[in-house]
Amino acid sequence: MLPTRSTASSSNPLPAGARAASPGRLSARRRQEIRSAYLFLLPGFALFALTILYPIVRAFQISLFHWAIAPGAASTFVGLGNYAHALNDPIFWRALANTGFYMAITVPTQIVLGLAAAVLLDARMPARALFRTLYYLPVVTSWVVVSLVFRYLFITNGGLVNWILHDNLHLIAHNINWLGQRWTAMTALGILGTWKGVGWSMVIFLAALQGVPRTLHEAAAVDGARAWARFRAVSLPAIRPVLAFVTVLLVIGGFNVFISVFLMTGGGPVNETQVLLTYMYREAFSFLDFGYGSAISFLLTLIVFLLALAQLRLFRRPEGGH
Amino acid sequence: MVVGSASQRRAAMGLRLALLTLGLVVLLLPFVYMLTTSFKPNAMVLEIPLKFFPQHPTTANYVSDWTSNHFARYFLNSVIVAVATTTAALLLSSMMAFAFARFRFPGRGLLFGLLLIALMVPTMMMLIPQFLLARHLLLLDSLLGLVVFYTGGNLAFDTFLLRSFFQDIPVELEEAMVVDGASSWTRYWRLILPLSRPALATAAIFTFLASWDEFTWALTIINDPSRYTLPIAITMFQGQHSTSWGLVFAASVIAIAPVLVTFAIFQRQFIAGIASGAVKA
Repeated sequence: MLPTRSTASSSNPLPAGARAASPGRLSARRRQEIRSAYLFLLPGFALFALTILYPIVRAFQISLFHWAIAPGAASTFVGLGNYAHALNDPIFWRALANTGFYMAITVPTQIVLGLAAAVLLDARMPARALFRTLYYLPVVTSWVVVSLVFRYLFITNGGLVNWILHDNLHLIAHNINWLGQRWTAMTALGILGTWKGVGWSMVIFLAALQGVPRTLHEAAAVDGARAWARFRAVSLPAIRPVLAFVTVLLVIGGFNVFISVFLMTGGGPVNETQVLLTYMYREAFSFLDFGYGSAISFLLTLIVFLLALAQLRLFRRPEGGH
Repeated sequence: MVVGSASQRRAAMGLRLALLTLGLVVLLLPFVYMLTTSFKPNAMVLEIPLKFFPQHPTTANYVSDWTSNHFARYFLNSVIVAVATTTAALLLSSMMAFAFARFRFPGRGLLFGLLLIALMVPTMMMLIPQFLLARHLLLLDSLLGLVVFYTGGNLAFDTFLLRSFFQDIPVELEEAMVVDGASSWTRYWRLILPLSRPALATAAIFTFLASWDEFTWALTIINDPSRYTLPIAITMFQGQHSTSWGLVFAASVIAIAPVLVTFAIFQRQFIAGIASGAVKA
């Protein structure tokens, strides 16, 4: 994809020392250069500052107020009151626990299944590219569509999941009311998360596995190490940094779960399946409590940053192996 | 790969293929079921006992979506928003990327750092202040409100992607143009952009798909049904107690078809981009 230096330079009609041919008046040119740079940056960075940077700062400010929603009305400063409210709000804690449960399902399964698929694909085999592409299909499909599909799959009477478990496999005595109870609903949401994301972790693991030198495997094979032992001794240590990277991104992705919960359960029944972001959205845009909503999303951002830091530290081995 | 006889190796390959195929069936089953349901007459959609394939397949759901449910309008809205966002984001971010890749100026590190930080902040954190800002700018309930904030939201990522590509273009080419008296705009427009078609294509694909699929911001600022984009329109078929699933899935197939076609054509770039870690999940 990238033009290499040599091929691109060969189309250069002038000798390489062109800059040396025009010395002098450096400060005027330098001033001109700085002005050009700012002109190139101005339109894009102005829009970025307005639509992204300003809202980030503003989010914290709003979280310190009991925010008056009417335009121009005065809001009451409550300091950390919205944060204190969150810590005393049982639904906030339930939303946090549900988010944690969602991650407890989606993070390990995406790592284990994604890694397993990558190991299986890491060989000379027929239809390899086709497998890789099709495994990736759920990743590129919109969250809205897959959430509605899974809501349909998990319908109690007439849904495909109960039909398979009850009518075909006879594993359950009665149809399960998947989306009407807290833990079964969170499980269904976790299954959706894993189903949608496993192709992503597989692609990343596959790229990492292909970077492991073949000679290491062959040396281990000559020593008589079996496949599992070779995987543990050679592949796993080699992809450790990638494992850390994937784990961090999956945890962050887990905290950001929103669309699937919003469309499959709406946080219900009666707030049983709220996660942090559906609760934030409801507080802000159904109950118009912008201050409290901002406080919840700011807490979420804080947790995400701290966890990302902690995990990176945990996964970094003392000898700093890379 | 060294140990094991030929028959052992063949058995291992068979097991490999069997496991991968099993995984594939699980991953594709929801897609197939969505597709078959979209061809069922609406009355049959939640029939008991369930039938996976329609006994009397019909395109009625597609026809109904397209004619009596204003889907042409929603599709057009989505196209307008995605095309406008992609054009604006690519122009603005390529200009910024050019500045970062080719100029030394005070504040360069700081401004680039701010772009990187924005990539790490969860987008949902900005939702409330963005809503207040859009209301202040009279951008609520308008397609322009979608385009402005989608463009802003894609700038950091596109700039990041394009800057690293621009940096790999040899400076010597531009120095020749400088000697000939070319302005920096000429270098950007006539040299850097034409040489960067692959990177621009990658940025365009990701930006287009991001705005095509975006749900939350549109849900938050759009009320008027004539301004729905596809993701919003699809969810509006879903009622609290009764949902026209046939219509929902016919609409879903229409909405994801362009995405899947794009993916099929550019899957190499997609997967290379993801695997290199350059692309957000």
